[in-house]
This record gives sequence, structure tokens and C-alpha cells, in this order.
Amino acid sequence: MRRTSDIAIVGFAQTPSMRRAERSEVQLLVPTITEALQSAGVDRRDIGFTCAGSCDYLTGGPFAFVSNLEAAGAWPPISESHVEMDGAWALYEAWVRLQHGDIDTALVFGSGKSSPSRPSEVWPQQLDPYYLAPLGVDPVSLAGIQARALLDAGKATERDFAEVAVRSRRRAQSNPNAQVTADDDVEALLAAPYVSAPLRRHDLPPISDAAAAVVLARGDRARELCERPAWIRGLDHRIEVHQPGMRDLTTSPSTTLAARKAGFDGGPLDVAELSATFSPQELILRDALGLEESANVNPSGGPLAANPVMATGLIRIIEAASRVIAGDARRGLAHATGGQLLQHNLVCLLEGEE
Amino acid sequence: MAERCAVVGIGQTHHAKRRDDVSIPGLLREAVDRALADAECALADIDAVVIGKAPDAFEGIVQPELFLADALGANGKPLLRVHTAGSVGGTTFIVGAHLIESRIHERVLAVSWEKQSEGNAQWGLAGGRSRGIGAGGAFAPWIRAYIEKTGAPEYIGWQVAVKDRLNALKNPYAHLRIEDISIEKVKESAMLWDPLRFLESCPSSDGACAVVLTDEAGGRRAPKRPAWVEATAVRSELGTFPGRDPVRPRAGVECAHDVYAQANISVPRQEIDIAELYVPFSWYEPMWLEGHDIAGPGEGWKMVENGDTELTGSFPVNPSGGVLSSNPIGASGMLRFAEAALQVRGLAGEHQVDGARTALAQAYGGAAQYFAMGILRSEPT
Repeated sequence: MRRTSDIAIVGFAQTPSMRRAERSEVQLLVPTITEALQSAGVDRRDIGFTCAGSCDYLTGGPFAFVSNLEAAGAWPPISESHVEMDGAWALYEAWVRLQHGDIDTALVFGSGKSSPSRPSEVWPQQLDPYYLAPLGVDPVSLAGIQARALLDAGKATERDFAEVAVRSRRRAQSNPNAQVTADDDVEALLAAPYVSAPLRRHDLPPISDAAAAVVLARGDRARELCERPAWIRGLDHRIEVHQPGMRDLTTSPSTTLAARKAGFDGGPLDVAELSATFSPQELILRDALGLEESANVNPSGGPLAANPVMATGLIRIIEAASRVIAGDARRGLAHATGGQLLQHNLVCLLEGEE
Repeated sequence: MAERCAVVGIGQTHHAKRRDDVSIPGLLREAVDRALADAECALADIDAVVIGKAPDAFEGIVQPELFLADALGANGKPLLRVHTAGSVGGTTFIVGAHLIESRIHERVLAVSWEKQSEGNAQWGLAGGRSRGIGAGGAFAPWIRAYIEKTGAPEYIGWQVAVKDRLNALKNPYAHLRIEDISIEKVKESAMLWDPLRFLESCPSSDGACAVVLTDEAGGRRAPKRPAWVEATAVRSELGTFPGRDPVRPRAGVECAHDVYAQANISVPRQEIDIAELYVPFSWYEPMWLEGHDIAGPGEGWKMVENGDTELTGSFPVNPSGGVLSSNPIGASGMLRFAEAALQVRGLAGEHQVDGARTALAQAYGGAAQYFAMGILRSEPT
């Protein structure tokens, strides 16, 4: 595989995450895309390629993504594509496209409104239609099974889960886009009843609506547009077996593999933004990535503070990139996930120039 | 400079109204296994998988590629899921080609599918609401506008239908095989969406298509002659706004000009030997001939009338029988690329066009607003 190092994030924007946005998905996207383009100082008409990530089922209508073209300003016609995946994978497709060398900018966006539907009814339809979907297993129940596996393996305690939640909600207090913020006490959280044993309310992500957008640029164009671009030093994603019963749920080998393929050598990171949708997953991901105990994980508060599905992963990349662009971090890692229980994982390694 | 991409394996299912004999993974594997056999390689040789299909609501499974990962041998590999409405099969092929052209991977499997019998596509096309008018209902007014604008006689649509259905009789994988097809039969079939009659419309099919893509070195050492991906392009535009020309969408014009320029084609009518165009309703053949500047304004229907687009004509269109004969929606666009590739490889069997060296593949989707196109050649240039 060729190592590429000349594509960078030069602009970004996201809406605050909220339980129920009054505006439609396309209405969330319009100002977000405009702001991202402005932050990069790029005109819409100069964008060489556009790629979007969203999920029809969340909106509840086939071809829901077609409306989002309006936000991309698809007139005159644009070179554009769409993945039925988190916006992080739209960024991957745009990153691939930029490597052809004939264009030098790309616009990426991810959006999702979970509020119009009942996630506990939508997501069971994501499972194997023959063996799993008929059981109606929802993400919270599945996450409970994963958490139980961690406890049974002696790899974590319920207190460890609660500590992840406390840290996330506390750090979210300084994130204006976060939806759930608090200064909790671990003992108090542990006194709460189970939602899906051994998970309690604090171990679960909120139900969120939001949109996010990123501008990518190549080579000199990136340097021209941004004082300190967040260079994508490595980007890779890997999927693994679907059936939860066929996996060791206490590990995430596809995350480990994606990180290795992205060129992450375990060296020091100034920031790691992980799509740990349930608190136990942060422990699994830290382990899969070999992060040190002291690593700066999810300073934004992570998905426990805001979980706009289909934008959550792209927001992780934005959160890591924004710290690199601001000069607060030299090297950052962002992780996105797809499917249930970390079935599909993407790792993006970002660096600022010295 | 981008790496050159070669198509070294092609597979498709026997398309049918209802493939009750296979599960969804079984359907995909039928196409994938044929593509791998054609390329003389195995799933273990594949670096990454790209998968495309039309809306998830057609089968009622959210992001079905997640459960299909196992059957596609994708575990431990990157898997991308593309969705660009009806053009998705074409876009999926192009995203796969990008993974080669960017030198990120050396061998990519691109697969697309639809199992329409497991759901209700008409409900899906209506956006999951009642009072759906179907795709034909959406396109009929634009077809009528084309007829008004060009003065094309109504038998042009019937002629396209007969031609594609005769071609399908030469394609062992085609869904619709109407042995006694005739102008009379098309003309007398039920009117569905004026001016479209039943036999001028595509079927609902179960089916899949797969291709194995590789780099220049892989193409050169392939066991069989590869097809070379000379050019690809995608374009999207808004579906509804005042002043839009839905009969000749600008996105389609610009997409076509993009691939012609990449392939150094200045007179497409002469420099392209065969075209596989996404024609779900008969009239879209002359509409795309004009919409992609293969024929001049008002000249597309004359090419049909003169028999130019027949299998033995001067500009054969859809020798495979096209979307009119097989329509597993998510795969229909990739089938255009696969059939175009088969032609330049000289492997199209009974529906082979003699001497096909340069082929155009085209897919469109949404309100004729998404376009994916490619030029395939028998020799790299």
C-alpha cells in the first residue's frame, strides 16, 4: 500500500447535538456546509468532489439522502457520491478520490436525525434478517451482552464503566456541541438502577440529531487554505464477523488491524477521539489501540455526550483535527464505527506539520 | 498520475422475478463466484470489497452489507457501501476502480444487488408512502416532453422494446425472455403510464453482478483478456427546480463530456463501438443518445428508426437486452459496466458485437439526476 501524506483537513463545522432538532436534516446541513466551506475559505464551486454519509432508515424514507443534495448546492451539477455509512466513510471515499491528483479539494458531510424514529425498533433491522432480526435485539440489549462479557472475563468492573461516563460528561462541559453534560459522582451513578444489566443510564449514549461537514485539500492547496492543516497520515477501515456469537466481544481486532494499516505505531498521541457508543466500548477500544492509561481520550465528551448516528464518526475526526489545526495537538487519532458492537472500524491518524 | 485499472473478472446471476432458491448471501455469491472464476482467483486474493444497492427499504434490512460481510469474505478487509439511487451499480464500479487507481489496493471486488421479491419496490420508490406513481409515472411526463420536442413517432418506443427483448434472447442471464416479441405485441400491451406500455417497461428482478478489478500489472498477467477502464465520471444535480431540463439533464451532458474528454473521444458516435445505457423505459434510449451527445438534437429517435442501435447496427445499444430485460435495481447500473466490459473483452457470447473495442457504460438514478459513466477499452491507451 502506498503511503500518502499530502491530504489534510482544512475546514470543518458541526451543529450542536440535540435530542430533537426542529429543523429537517437538509436544514441542519445547509448552515453546517456553509460554515465548513467558510472556515476553509473555499467557494462551493471550487470543490472538486463531494461525498455524503447518511442512513435512509433513520429518516424513515427510501432515498432520504437525495434531499441532502440541496445542502451540497448541486447546481450546476457536481461530482458527488454517497455512502450508506457514517460520514467518516464518506471522508474515506473523498480521501481516495483526492489521490488521483486531478482535483485538490473535497467536501464531506455526515448527518443523522435519530429523533423521528424509535432507535430500538430501527436498529434490530440492521442485524442478520434470517437469524437475528426476528429476535428484535436492540443496540442497548446487545451492548449489555458485551458489557457482561467484559465483566465475566475479568477485564473491567461496573465502576470502570461509570468512570468512563463521569469523565465523558465532565469533559463535555467544555464542548458547546455536546448534548449531555454533568459533573457526576461515581458512587451516585452506581446507585442507579440497571437499564440493560450490567448497563445503567450513564453507560448509554443519548439519542441525537446533528450534522457535520469537513473540507479536505491536497498538497499546496491545503497549506494555502489553512495555516496549520491537519494532515491525514493514515486512514484505514476493517470489518469483522457480523454474528456477535462468533466474536470475542471483549476485543476489537478490526480496530487493531485498521490502526496498524493506518500506520499507527503506538507512539504518543495528544488526542484520541473514539466512537465508544457505550461506556464499556471505550475500554475495549483503548485496549485494541494500545493506548496508555494517561491518554487524552474523548476530550469532546465522545458519543456518550452526543451521538448523532451517521455523523458521530465524522465528528470524532473533526474533534481530533480541530485540536491539531488550533495547535493544541501535534498528533491525533480518530476512530469511527459501524454496525453493532464494533463490527466495522475506521482509524484516522492526523498530524500537524512541525 | 493515477494507476490504470483493469476488469479481470465478471459475474452475474440468472436474473428472475423471484429467486426463491437462494438467500440474499446466496444470490450475491452466485455473481461473486462467477467473477472470481473468470478472474481465476479466490476471495482470499481480494484486498477490499465495495458493495452497492438501492434503498435498504426495498428488502427491509438496514445496511445489509454488515451481515453480508461474512458471505463476501470481507472479514478483516475494508468494506464500503455505496448508495446513489438507480445509478448505484455504476457508482459502485467506479468507487472500486478508484481504490485501484489511487494505488490503495491491488485487487478489489465490487458487487451490487437487489432482491426485489423480498420487498415491495413500488412502495419503496414512493418513498414508503401510499399514492406512489412508480418510476414510470415519474418519467412519463419527461418522455412525453421529448416526443413533443422532437416530433418522434410513437412506434420508436415500441421499436426499442422489441430490439432489447430480441437481444435478451441471446443473453442466458436475462430475466425477461419473450420469444414471440413483435411490434404488434408491444403496441397492444396495456398502457401503464401514457405513453409507456407494459412491454416498454422494465421488470422487477432479483439479481446481482460482481466484478474483479485490478491494477495494470494484474491486468497484464490476467488469464483472460481484461477490459481496461479508460475513463469514469459521476455527476449529480438537484431533481426539481424551476428551469431544470429533465429531458436532457445537464448532469448527464457534463458527465458524458467528462468521460469523452478523459478517453480522447471527440465524435462519440464514431469512436464508440457499443453502448450499454440505463434504459428502464424504452424511450430513454433515444433520450440518452441525445442527452449524452451521441446523436444531435432530435436525431436520437432516427438512429432507433434506422436500426442503428440494433445488435448488428452501426451503434449497438444494449446488446445484453438492457434494463428492459433484467432489472435488479441496485445491480442494474453495474450490469451496464459489466456488459460493456464483456463486449470489449470479446466474451459476450451470442450477443457479442463484432469488433467491439471501445464501449460506453452509463447508469442514472433518482429523478434523472444521478449519473455514473465509464469508457472501457480492449487495449490500454
